[in-house]
Amino acid sequence: MHELAITVIGPDRTGIVADVAEALAGVGANLTDSTMTRLRGHFTMTLICTGPTPAEASAALESLTGVVTEVREVAPEEDALAEGEPFVVSVHGADRLGIVAAVTRVVAGAGGNITDLSTRLTGTLYVIIAEVDLPGGSADELAERLAVAAAELGVEVTLRRAESEIL
Amino acid sequence: MTISWDGPEGNVLPVVTAPATVLSTVGDEVDPTDPAVVQLAADLVATMRVAPGCVGLAAPQVGVGVQLFAVDVSGHPKASTLHGTFVLCNAKIIEASRWKAGREGCMSVPDLTGDVKRAGRVVVAATLPGSGESVEIVTDAFEARALQHEIDHCAGKLFLDRVAGAHAIYQRKVYL
Repeated sequence: MHELAITVIGPDRTGIVADVAEALAGVGANLTDSTMTRLRGHFTMTLICTGPTPAEASAALESLTGVVTEVREVAPEEDALAEGEPFVVSVHGADRLGIVAAVTRVVAGAGGNITDLSTRLTGTLYVIIAEVDLPGGSADELAERLAVAAAELGVEVTLRRAESEIL
Repeated sequence: MTISWDGPEGNVLPVVTAPATVLSTVGDEVDPTDPAVVQLAADLVATMRVAPGCVGLAAPQVGVGVQLFAVDVSGHPKASTLHGTFVLCNAKIIEASRWKAGREGCMSVPDLTGDVKRAGRVVVAATLPGSGESVEIVTDAFEARALQHEIDHCAGKLFLDRVAGAHAIYQRKVYL
């Protein structure tokens, strides 16, 4: 049993997810976690699957035209629940070079682990939304450091707890 | 009139986790005066009380596909109106307003949470186990959210059926 990490990137079109999934199912690949979105109109899909060899999966994906695919074997990772406290960082402001680098460096410096991230540029507006696991009790200090970084970048930043209610 | 649970001691039952057919099956209506229903009500309360952080539990979550659930959000920071510990049979939402998104999880889906829109104020019609008395409960805030989540369970729905979008489910970060 092989565990594979696969990326597929190309022009978006109707049916492309079905084509990718079908090609992989055809070689016995079982999709586990996956994410797909459109980034500036490009179809982008990243997934983990188990089953075939990398060569078998690559051959199956060759039937897709116009896309770039990469298949790589990975060691299975423990899908451990994080111990930290869940937070969401939101950033928005005028686009400029280095916003993501500066903001995520501050988060990393506080020991925050980013678990999900989306950035979007629309017109001149740049937006970052990041899910972050923070070490207990570190949020107030991180909020202050983010405020300093945001002031230097000329963007707005908020750090708020991603509260989830278990029912 | 109080709706507070005042029944026999129940037994702690194992909680069913998805995937399980019972969690996706519309629950049958119950006869609230049936002693078996009163016993199940007691068992739901007992099971809810021993699960850390558990504020509500529906019969399908203990493997019984019927419209019966227990709720107790006492002490929760997001609760406003409170009715203590109570158990409802055949509950239906008759009014819902003040819709608001929030992230929720479920004991039957232990590894995920998701963003789900719920009404911040509801009126629920139901009957009480034991007496069979008809009640109408007006509540808000977290108690309203809990009622909607449990009524969904009785209708064979999980929060996953209501998640706001493709990127609105998350690995659960902290298990209470």
